Amino acid sequence: MIEHAIRGGKLYWSWIALLVIIIAAGGASYYYQYQNGLTVTGMSKEVSWGLYIGNFTFLVGVAASAVIVVLPAYLYDYKKFKKVTTMGEFLGAAAVIMCMTFILVDLGRPDRVLNVVLNPRPNSVMLYDFISLSGYLLLNIVIAWTVLAYREKNKGYSTWLKILIFVAIPWAISIHTVTAFLYGGLVGRPFWNTALMAPRFLAGAFASGPSLLIISLLVMRKYTNFDPGYDAIKKIGDVVAFAMVANLFMIGAELFTVFYSAHPHHLEHFIYILFGIKEGSFVYARFVPWMWTSLILGIIAAIMLVIPKVRNEPKFLAFTCGMVFISVWMEKGMGLIVPGYIPSQWGAVVEYWPTIPESLISLGVWGIGILIFTVLAKVAIGVTLEGEKIEEEVVEEEEVVEEVEEEVVEEAKEYRCELCDAVFKSLDECCEHAEKEHKIAKASCDMACVEAAPAEKQYKCELCDAVFTDLDECCEHAEKEHKIAKASCDMVCGEVEEE
Amino acid sequence: MTGSAIATITLTASQVERVLAAFAAPAIDQQKVRWGMVIDLKKFNELPLAKRKRVYDVCKEIHNIPIFPTAKDRVEWIWPADFEHTFPSQFNHFLPEEIENLEVPVLCNHCENPPCTKVCPTGATWKRDDGIVTMDYHRCIGCRYCMAACPYGMRSFNWRDPRPFIPKLNPTYHTRTKGVVEKCTFCVERLEKGLQPACVEASEGSFIFGDLNNLESEISKILREHYSIRRKPELGTEPKLYYLI
Repeated sequence: MIEHAIRGGKLYWSWIALLVIIIAAGGASYYYQYQNGLTVTGMSKEVSWGLYIGNFTFLVGVAASAVIVVLPAYLYDYKKFKKVTTMGEFLGAAAVIMCMTFILVDLGRPDRVLNVVLNPRPNSVMLYDFISLSGYLLLNIVIAWTVLAYREKNKGYSTWLKILIFVAIPWAISIHTVTAFLYGGLVGRPFWNTALMAPRFLAGAFASGPSLLIISLLVMRKYTNFDPGYDAIKKIGDVVAFAMVANLFMIGAELFTVFYSAHPHHLEHFIYILFGIKEGSFVYARFVPWMWTSLILGIIAAIMLVIPKVRNEPKFLAFTCGMVFISVWMEKGMGLIVPGYIPSQWGAVVEYWPTIPESLISLGVWGIGILIFTVLAKVAIGVTLEGEKIEEEVVEEEEVVEEVEEEVVEEAKEYRCELCDAVFKSLDECCEHAEKEHKIAKASCDMACVEAAPAEKQYKCELCDAVFTDLDECCEHAEKEHKIAKASCDMVCGEVEEE
Repeated sequence: MTGSAIATITLTASQVERVLAAFAAPAIDQQKVRWGMVIDLKKFNELPLAKRKRVYDVCKEIHNIPIFPTAKDRVEWIWPADFEHTFPSQFNHFLPEEIENLEVPVLCNHCENPPCTKVCPTGATWKRDDGIVTMDYHRCIGCRYCMAACPYGMRSFNWRDPRPFIPKLNPTYHTRTKGVVEKCTFCVERLEKGLQPACVEASEGSFIFGDLNNLESEISKILREHYSIRRKPELGTEPKLYYLI
């Protein structure tokens, strides 16, 4: 199976090379960060989480969204998604790996990361996040890989695999819920301390993740022979439309509650992201263009998505999905994490912006994820295309079988000797008869033996007993000879019942 | 046979009890010490600038706190703040000028319900039996979840290696590495020797430190006799740092 990953064309290898270069740049930047500490990032005493944790949060959503194709395919046996479930699961797995890498690069002491397992504390949400993320990664890899292996061998799913698939569905919901609780459970951060956090996360996830899946499927359709079917892509587009509207609705609900009730400690964070905080003559507004870009992109995309004509138009779909993806990345990524720290808990307004090493490391992590997804998708495409070839052969064989059946049917047909009207069960019998009785050579027996025509319907004029093969003919006769209107010809023209 | 079976069952029952107790919040043992601090803001603000500065500096000196050239990297256990930002709920526009301009020293509140220890995934920070919130710098993985959880911003992270930036090393106290969180510990190392925390000692009587569980202690008497305020009491964290205004 894995051999498909190393069999590729020029395009495949240049893409891999590009990703490796990006990862290398990220790796070099990470070495620099490891040597000098997290001071090389834009984070500070005031804003102690930034681009890394923002990307982590966003990617948990992308990971969770695999459930969107898996659930209808397995729970409701929705056939159109069967071909894309593996892609969804592999995308989920790649996203979880990115999540974990983002956490790792954010740690001050990555060498001690195993303390989370060695000294677990049941009161920390982070422990559950660790469990749910690593469990989800395992589930996705095992399920998708086994499904592919079965597809290769053309086998049905075993029971344990089915159980795993059903476990993976609620598990996907759990990873994003637990991640939302990570923030929502903090009493000291009014920007995050809302019960709406988990539903908002899920809506954002089901908009951005499937968007990315659609974009990847469209790319695969264009550059490979793999075709998931436009129907499946369209259906995923429907999900994006619903989720994006729900996402914007929840943002709206949050904004109403904050601005109408105007609790100052909630309000100040939202003032910061939407209008900027004024201190003297200076306005701290670094995130204002960021948030407005996200909101406007999101609203335009949502409008385009809810109009079915626009949503189902292939040339707009990639574009709209791109807008959804960017909008949610901005809003559920840095836009959700950083403003939680501004203003700080002691009222200071210190802004944050990622530095170049920080951005390079983040790009590198994305590179790792995209590389993993590319390789996994390559394997999945290879196996699927091979499977299709086998299926085509099977289809051809089936056609042969059908032909044989047709011959059998022909043998069951009756043959009539035109010279004496005798009827025979088979052509051979008829030919024998023709040779014997009428001295016609077997080679030219087709002159005498014809297939008995199926009993044709006959229509009889009741008034003069004339017989017609066509109802119309009979009606015409009735009008001409007996002056009966065509409309009421059924009075005279009746079907001749077979004896 | 039966005897040993019963013994096994009792053992498991006590183990279960112990596991359950680990999940429940420990009840406050009134017999035990519970350290707390009162800062008399008026008295503190009457001190000359040099003496006030000494309160902050002594902490930096004895705890090997680095002084970085960049503000974003700074590590602090105690620092001066203003009234408006320390007590946002108590602020109004008609405060007497002497209150509005008060210099308010802020340090860890050593909350009775600390949100920071609750979120730590490794148990690198916890509340001791005497109520002090402390850190294990060898277990901290540097995830900074505690910094996100603290409603007062009293925790600092070592964004870079602190050792080259310690002006004068105190060989009797430890230094930290880059990548871990640190915070005020109410000078546990001094309490063990029967000394008061360093800032209290330098404050010339404007900081009062003592056992909140002992009704006869000076701190308990002062709190009974004066109206005191705490930072963000509405969050339910129950700070053990009280301010007199």
